[in-house]
Amino acid sequence: MDRASGRTRPRSGGRGARGGRRVPRSPRALALQALVALALAALAYVAATNASEKLARQGITAGFGFLGRSAGFDISQRLIPYAAATATYLDAFRVGLLNTLLVSGLAIGLATLIGFAVGIARLSPNWLVRTLAATYVETLRNLPLLLQLLVWYVAVRVALPEAQRPAAWGGAYLSQRGLVLPRPEFSGVAWLVPAAVLAGIVLSGAWARRRARRVEAGAAPGPIVGPALALVLGLPALAWIGLARAGHPVPVAWPAPGPYGPEGGLGILPEFAALLLGLSTYTAAFIAEIVRAGLNSVARGQGEAAAALGLSRAKTLALVTIPQAMRVIVPPLTSQYLNITKNSSLAVLIGYPDLVHVFMGTVLNQTNQAVEVVAITMAVYLTLSLGLAALMNAYNRRAAPGMR
Amino acid sequence: MRSLSIPLLAALLAASPALTQTAALAQGDTLAQVKARGHLVCGVSGGVAGFSMPDGQGRWHGLDVDFCRALAAAIFDDPDAVRFIPQSSAARFTALQSGEIDVLARNTTWTLSRDTAAMNFPVITFFDGQGFLVRKSLNVTAVKQLDRATICLQQGTTTELNTADWFRTRGLTYQVVTFANSEQTLGAYESGRCDAYSTDKSSLFGERLKTAHPEAHVILEEAISKEPFAPGVRQGDDAWRDLVAWTHYAMLDAEEAGITQENVDRLRGETLSPDVKRILGLEGKYGQGLGLTGDWAYRIVRHVGNYGDVFARNLGDGTPLKIPRGLNALWTNGGLHYGPPIR
Repeated sequence: MDRASGRTRPRSGGRGARGGRRVPRSPRALALQALVALALAALAYVAATNASEKLARQGITAGFGFLGRSAGFDISQRLIPYAAATATYLDAFRVGLLNTLLVSGLAIGLATLIGFAVGIARLSPNWLVRTLAATYVETLRNLPLLLQLLVWYVAVRVALPEAQRPAAWGGAYLSQRGLVLPRPEFSGVAWLVPAAVLAGIVLSGAWARRRARRVEAGAAPGPIVGPALALVLGLPALAWIGLARAGHPVPVAWPAPGPYGPEGGLGILPEFAALLLGLSTYTAAFIAEIVRAGLNSVARGQGEAAAALGLSRAKTLALVTIPQAMRVIVPPLTSQYLNITKNSSLAVLIGYPDLVHVFMGTVLNQTNQAVEVVAITMAVYLTLSLGLAALMNAYNRRAAPGMR
Repeated sequence: MRSLSIPLLAALLAASPALTQTAALAQGDTLAQVKARGHLVCGVSGGVAGFSMPDGQGRWHGLDVDFCRALAAAIFDDPDAVRFIPQSSAARFTALQSGEIDVLARNTTWTLSRDTAAMNFPVITFFDGQGFLVRKSLNVTAVKQLDRATICLQQGTTTELNTADWFRTRGLTYQVVTFANSEQTLGAYESGRCDAYSTDKSSLFGERLKTAHPEAHVILEEAISKEPFAPGVRQGDDAWRDLVAWTHYAMLDAEEAGITQENVDRLRGETLSPDVKRILGLEGKYGQGLGLTGDWAYRIVRHVGNYGDVFARNLGDGTPLKIPRGLNALWTNGGLHYGPPIR
């Protein structure tokens, strides 16, 4: 599995996408292209001057000065400090953007996990597993996402206990107002705990690289999952216990029932939970199909050869089939990630304060700066999508090996 | 690609002058445009009981709707020469500015920033304030008891700002959940997501009726803000602004003079005081200044009624809403409505 082979082209059915660059262009073709580019630029110029002239005539002031003005409204979920009294519209924009990033990022992770599991299950030799996976895919991908979000937000929430009588479990409370968890405060020396998590991740990476080198040198691969889990979970646990022993226990904010429901601690809003679950389960159905297609694209001989070598089914999948399927999986997977990012704007319909909800909803309405607000929002989604696509393409070029 | 580009280019270039013309109509003489078109285009909310809502037959009803009908009656002698276009709270100002609608009668609060940035507000047609709807079982009687409660609000409204100000200045806290429209907001409140639902008091009467058990909810007496509802018109058209203002004043003056929809035709034949004669267009030519005929106010009262008629029909005791007149009584009855004289 040397790196160079990752760049070889498939033996059959080369797409010729790279070949196009080498075709020499005639002067006529070049002139025509220049003309089209010029016409597009002229059109953009006319549209821009036309718009600004019309806006000026209608008394709509243009510019981005409004971002510095005081916002004066509250937002239900804030990842950064935000107070209605002092915050500006720019702060509101940041809060909305972070909420979008949070829900999209987590949904991408969760959808990938579920999607791979279901995709692999669809090819299982076990009839029940296969049928359950197929049922999941056909149900979830054939119902509109909006409907599924409403089911998660309304139907599931209504089934939960009332806010005044929450279900309590180990210091956590579950009610129609969401899930409230005890929140550790990582201030003072308690920063050692998150630092230990980080160290665990770095050390796990080092362990994996060392293991890869040993495999290339011909040694037997040692364990990987166990040591990684021990590092990522064990180190912070050690830090936690160590701090408590040293007389500096990590302070924890425990939630408590208040007159209007549980208060304090770390609150997970129903809007956030519904959007996260709805987005991930819906997109996972599509990812499952992409994974299935990818696994089916790997030549059958590969799996048979692995079986002949005595590899178990799990090892065959992890070491032979999935790595080769990735080059087929990643491009359509990228599209699904982009869909998650953009579909997160359906937050508007269930009251989750994402970028569109906060910025294009409230801020646009308070300021009337429709053109600027919409332009900024479009620019954000474009940047997010292009950035994500570039990241995935880079991964595909570097990591996905070629077909054997 | 090559065969496509030339026709495409030609089409794009041909389309560009068309782009420059569309918005030009937004300017200038609104009354002339309305007359030329043959009907008025009126932006309404489309879902607030008592203010603007279509019935089962698709006919519009409400205080805001009747205001537009009065305007149409004054111009065309026909209260049905109106097209109603529902506007979301987000799109309403742009719709007015871009010329999509002639007047915005959409329970919109008159504020300084809206007045200076987007439009003009010729006259206040309804005096409201922000109120709270809570479940009776909570035993809450004053807004300050909602400290630490969760409150459902509709976003993009002055409600969001008022609530933040009110709780902050009293050192109280609250959790907010906002939604894009009133159906979602009420749904979230009713399903237990929030302890209280806050919006303009006038809307709360209608919203309470939409719940499964209206008797289980109570509207708190207190109002935490001033919400003067005013129709909106574009800036820079004084004649249209005058006409919109005087349509409302005509309804106030008619009520004060005792002219109702029911007695207006009978009164016309009687010997009358000069001020009634002026309202009915039997003396002087006061409609001319507005670009209308002399009987403009008579048309309003005949087709739509005076302000008291309109209030009683849409909001008063005869309706399920039963909103008290309160601040919306005439000044002679202790309210705030005061019509300047027609003379």
